[in-house]
Amino acid sequence: MRMIAAKAIVECLKREGVEVIFGYPGGAVLPLYDALYDEKDIKHILVRHEQGAAHAADGYARATGKVGVCIATSGPGATNLVTGITTAYMDSSPIVAITGQVRRDILGKDSFQEADISGITMPITKHNYLVKDPDMLPYIVKEAFYIAKTGRPGPVLIDLPVDVQSTEIDYQPIEKISIRSYRPVYEGNMKQVLKAVEAIKNAEKPVILVGGGCIISGASEEVVALAEKCQIPVVHSLMGKGTIPEEHPLSLGLLGMHGTVAANLAVSECDLLIAVGARFSDRSTGKVSTFARMAHVIHIDIDPAEIGKNVRAHIPIVGDAKRVLRQILENVEPKKHPLWLERVQEWKERHPLRYKEEGEIIKPQKVVETIWRLTNGEAIIVTEVGQNQMWAAQFYKTKYPRQFITSGGLGTMGFGLPASIGVQIGRPDAIVFDIAGDGSIQMNIQELATAVQQRLPIKIAILNNGFLGMVRQWQELFWQRRYSNVQITAPDFVKLADAYGCVGIRVEKSSEIENAIKKSLEVKDRPCIIDFRIAPEEKVLPMVPAGGSIDNMLVD
Amino acid sequence: MRHTLSVLVENKPGVLARVAGLFKRRGFNIESLAVSITQDPSTSRMTIVVDGEEQMIEQIEKQLNKLIDVIKVIDYTFSPTLERELALVKVEATPQTRREILDLTHIFRATVVDVAENSLIIEITGDVEKIDAFISLVTPYGIKEIVRTGKIVMARGLQSL
Ligand SMILES: Cc1ncc(C[n+]2csc(CCOP(=O)(O)OP(=O)(O)O)c2C)c(N)n1
Repeated sequence: MRMIAAKAIVECLKREGVEVIFGYPGGAVLPLYDALYDEKDIKHILVRHEQGAAHAADGYARATGKVGVCIATSGPGATNLVTGITTAYMDSSPIVAITGQVRRDILGKDSFQEADISGITMPITKHNYLVKDPDMLPYIVKEAFYIAKTGRPGPVLIDLPVDVQSTEIDYQPIEKISIRSYRPVYEGNMKQVLKAVEAIKNAEKPVILVGGGCIISGASEEVVALAEKCQIPVVHSLMGKGTIPEEHPLSLGLLGMHGTVAANLAVSECDLLIAVGARFSDRSTGKVSTFARMAHVIHIDIDPAEIGKNVRAHIPIVGDAKRVLRQILENVEPKKHPLWLERVQEWKERHPLRYKEEGEIIKPQKVVETIWRLTNGEAIIVTEVGQNQMWAAQFYKTKYPRQFITSGGLGTMGFGLPASIGVQIGRPDAIVFDIAGDGSIQMNIQELATAVQQRLPIKIAILNNGFLGMVRQWQELFWQRRYSNVQITAPDFVKLADAYGCVGIRVEKSSEIENAIKKSLEVKDRPCIIDFRIAPEEKVLPMVPAGGSIDNMLVD
Repeated sequence: MRHTLSVLVENKPGVLARVAGLFKRRGFNIESLAVSITQDPSTSRMTIVVDGEEQMIEQIEKQLNKLIDVIKVIDYTFSPTLERELALVKVEATPQTRREILDLTHIFRATVVDVAENSLIIEITGDVEKIDAFISLVTPYGIKEIVRTGKIVMARGLQSL
């Protein structure tokens, strides 16, 4: 069928099941926007900054498991996507970014709004394309989605010169593709699986470590089944949060820098560590040479390059977390480790996550805990970065995968609000909370207008301490309280909410927390900001100083 | 130790940048790199020499394999291969030294490809050690310029990449 390439792209997107696109128009994507003008099956969400579009597409992808799509124009539009693409890359989130580019005949000549976005994004995409042949478009779009969502997912960028978009092509839907150089392995090697089974049989003090790979592959059921069948306690990385219900008796909580005492000690003492879809980031391991030093390590990951990268694996298994765990489950015998579980349980009871209440002073932990209680532990929690993120991770006990959405690998301040937009659009019936800091929220505050325009009932809980709190905490602990440039002012968030057309609530007393959250839950047609004036110098604890051993925690 | 990797890639624009970028980003240093098209015009072959510990080399291979445009990576370090490099060496040559240089050239089965009043250009092929040896022997005469292709390797016998 003859049609304009821009129209063909839209057809291709529909075939990929795309229902929503986050984007921002400009000269170099006009043909594409013109094709979207008549399109009824794809909703376009106009953001206020392209970074917001990338984060929103990412949030959508994380909440739904589908590929998120964003569009930006050439030059500044495209470069504004960079932080968002990197954020998605670091957390293996499948997004497809489509950028406009200058005409082919003036490419490479420093033309108006020309930026080499395929060059710029080479190290932060799983793959990217600069399309010079319009006839290849249907194939490229198909390939881009295939690459983004299979194997270890990640962002893919398609750069489209504006004249390519307006060329007439012969459009034939592409049914199947095969890429000779890209064949992800899903099934685990049976010999390795049996070695793992044997190791589990012989272990006396085993621990399962779950990472973001378990969320992506949907391995929750298998993780819980293995943990229960062989009585193995489970710790999670920040990205693995939600794999196992945190109130499960075998869940020990977060591992690493701000992890629980039980999780960090269990990993330090275990004789077998079964890491599933986790990449042993420095925030999880602390000092690598002392990490799990007694343990045999089984490392299950779909990306062979992760195995042996940071921590040596004795039994490497390349494959999809869910499938490999099934293979293990089919072969493993039930086991019991009463002594080990007793020891772990004792750590859990002796060192729960805690905080001190101090009259009417608002403790951020209490804010998160109250949100958890009032939402029955079922809200989708999106976070910004810093202390707010860690308190959210520590005190909101999740029940399901895809319930905790955070920039783990890149730690991008300003992720939370735009990501919440993507989450709420992907999950319209869910209660979505963005747990924010007063610093982070100001990084992409403009997206409030997007949320208002879309009538999204996102709740934004700002843990307002007047500081770039996490940096202040490091300065307090490691830089002799020299608070260099961490005092940050903010606008009056209640007035700001009003100006944008949101509901704004200020909370200054601990006794008001509950009512404010209840009130926010009643708002159904617009965002609601709650400005919690929290104790300004509250710290996130426990803490393992950067580069230290995880069994050596500051507790108070 | 020094490893020789043969990397079969899609013959597409940007592939070299992807591979080179990967080495830079991960802190791996390329000692030599030779690239050209293969018998199949849709693919190119890169021969990369890189120095590093086993674990680092393993990581390089895995990261290379992750690039969508990389079809295959083989470490030829421990297999029987034929290896060749070509060098052009411009040496100062006076009437007094010319004869000696020509003798050396002859012994190494190299060829003189350009003769000027005060210099010679010698073309030499062979394995890397042979070229290194030749260069060190002519160094005392005064080397003006050296260009080396970087080494290429091929497995002996029927086996192919
Ligand atoms: C884009 C970006 N810039 C800088 C940082 C470094 N950084 C990490 S945490 C933090 C402070 C965050 O402050 P705030 O959002 O107020 O949260 P709090 O820690 O007070 O909860 C900073 C500046 C970052 N993570 N991201």
